[in-house]
Amino acid sequence: MHSERVIFAFFILLALTLNFGFFIGDMTNPDHHNVFELFAAVVVSIIATVLKFGDKSHVGTMLLASSLVADLQLIAACIVWGVAVYGLEQPLSDHAMASIVSLSGGALLANVVSVVLLAVETSVHRR
Amino acid sequence: MPNIFFLVMRRMRVPLILLVVVYAVSVLGFVLIPGRDDSGVPYVMDFFHAIYFVSYMGSTIGFGELPYAFTGAQRLWTLFTIYATVIAWLYCIGTLIALVQSPMFRAAVTRHGFTRQVARIREPFHIICGYGDTGQALVRALADSGNHCVVVEKSVDRVNELELELAVLPFPVPGLAADAADTQALLDAGLRSPFCNGVIAITRDDQVNLKVAIASKLLNRDIKVYCRAESHDTGANMASFDTDHVIHPYDIFSEYLSSALSTPSFYLLEQWLSSPPGTPLVEPVFPPSGKWLLCGFGRFGKAVHEKLLAHGLPVTVIAEDFHGAEPPEGSVIDTGTEADVLQAAGIDEAAGVIAGTDHDVNNLSIIMTARQVKHELFCIARQERTSNDHIFEAAGIDLVSNHSRLIAGALLSLINTPLTADFLRLASQQPEEWSRLLICRLVGCVDEDTPSTWVMTLRPERTPAVMALFADGVTLKLHHLMRNPENRKKRLPCVALLLQRGRERILLPDEDAALEAHDRILFAGDPRIKRRMVNVTTSPYLLDYLITGANRPRGTLLRWLRNDPAPSSGDSDRP
Repeated sequence: MHSERVIFAFFILLALTLNFGFFIGDMTNPDHHNVFELFAAVVVSIIATVLKFGDKSHVGTMLLASSLVADLQLIAACIVWGVAVYGLEQPLSDHAMASIVSLSGGALLANVVSVVLLAVETSVHRR
Repeated sequence: MPNIFFLVMRRMRVPLILLVVVYAVSVLGFVLIPGRDDSGVPYVMDFFHAIYFVSYMGSTIGFGELPYAFTGAQRLWTLFTIYATVIAWLYCIGTLIALVQSPMFRAAVTRHGFTRQVARIREPFHIICGYGDTGQALVRALADSGNHCVVVEKSVDRVNELELELAVLPFPVPGLAADAADTQALLDAGLRSPFCNGVIAITRDDQVNLKVAIASKLLNRDIKVYCRAESHDTGANMASFDTDHVIHPYDIFSEYLSSALSTPSFYLLEQWLSSPPGTPLVEPVFPPSGKWLLCGFGRFGKAVHEKLLAHGLPVTVIAEDFHGAEPPEGSVIDTGTEADVLQAAGIDEAAGVIAGTDHDVNNLSIIMTARQVKHELFCIARQERTSNDHIFEAAGIDLVSNHSRLIAGALLSLINTPLTADFLRLASQQPEEWSRLLICRLVGCVDEDTPSTWVMTLRPERTPAVMALFADGVTLKLHHLMRNPENRKKRLPCVALLLQRGRERILLPDEDAALEAHDRILFAGDPRIKRRMVNVTTSPYLLDYLITGANRPRGTLLRWLRNDPAPSSGDSDRP
């Protein structure tokens, strides 16, 4: 058992599940999308990215790229949320909520790619 | 750069994760802990305000308790998070600083800077492995003659020395502190670069030189490899895989001594043509034929001993250690630094003494003692360290064998003017009288410095004007090129030493000889002449003047007025 791989796989999967949990539900209904889940998804995704820093292998760089994409999408979702509520000083509109959720949907796709890459790497490097 | 980047990223993983976790926990705490607004109504901080508060608290800016004054529970949590974030930041910055200061990181940065410097050289260059006294002399001479070079040297101190030297060099010479036996170092130094012309392995270690030669020949077939070899076995080994030139430091001097003894004029010619540019012209010294005392019997001593015997001169060897060889008959076992030993070896009837131990101070001591015993004595000393130049100069020794300088000189003439080597080989077969006459001609060409040599190649890219003449069927004779472009009746002070035409090599070509395309001519003379000659070969007007004596108009109008066709060369006229 390789502890580094276990930790990384854990964070990648957790990022995916949290992201999925936030994404699922009615697009425009804020009650279906928990802000804590988004926060946790961002934190876990950033940690997963930092864990891949300095990995020179081919799959490693691909994983770094896909998790950077996920970070970018999630942080964009947070910024949209912050701007919609505090920047415009209006209650959260349906339009803004749909943007936030679709951005997190993009991140979800990137996280799925990460997990697929991880699965491929694991199956190639069988001992 | 990628290496340094990955190194930083790898090292910063743990501190960055810690920072992210600390921030996340702090934010989460503020979101979860209930507060109270100004009017005492319970209120829960949202993520936006929590991140805002933690951001300025973590960076210790401290705007105060926002948006409302904190409750006790919130202050307790703040207290905890202040310390947690400060510690996380300190850990992050500390790791970064430690990383920047670590020798590994610095080596990676230096290596990167070096490779970039090498990649920036857009002209042919040589890689020099080993920056000792020889390397220093060679780099200086190569740079002065406009050759770029790259240095790989094991000792960091020596590389620093090179950096100091950069102030006097005409262009930057990148230096890398690495073992030349490490092939990666050679690759970083540009072994596979299309601009790499050759590798010069002159470290003190034969094995390293051997490894460099093998690696260079395997990794880049097109380059020339020059090697220094202390032992003849290594030299033979190097030659076995096509190393272009193997230099035996101890043989150079004994060869010189041998030619000085038998053919003094040729020796002088050899010295002049292989000395670096700017060497002052000094009164030549000729070793006498008579009995010699030879102190020291290492590789130097053996090589000299062999040559002296070959000339039929009696030699008495004084040495403590014969380095595995059988002591020659009549040898004295001592260092030779004391008068009674020298007398026992027969200094009274000796014509000269050779101090050839591997210890500079002992060599000086031998010479000074010998001079005290017998004033009329030809003295030859072996000098190991260039830093002792001043004392060797002050000792008034007739002939100093400084290996560094000899190797550098030999390499320089091989690299700069390979035709010189051809010339010397042909000249060595000529009678002594021939050399003497040539010396007289050369002396007339120079003032203070030894004559410098240069090669003129008649090729379209080098000499466009000459090629245009050939295309017109005009005959260009050698003496045309050697005339003064300001007044064609005067000759430029130079001598045409060798003409190379295909495989043929003509020694001292006839000045009335007609030149052909792709001829290569080796000239010797005043170093300032070279530039003027190059000008002539690129300017159709100057050439025209030199051949016909007529100054043709350069402007279109005058040309039209005189009904004179434009010169055939379309190339620009560079004055």
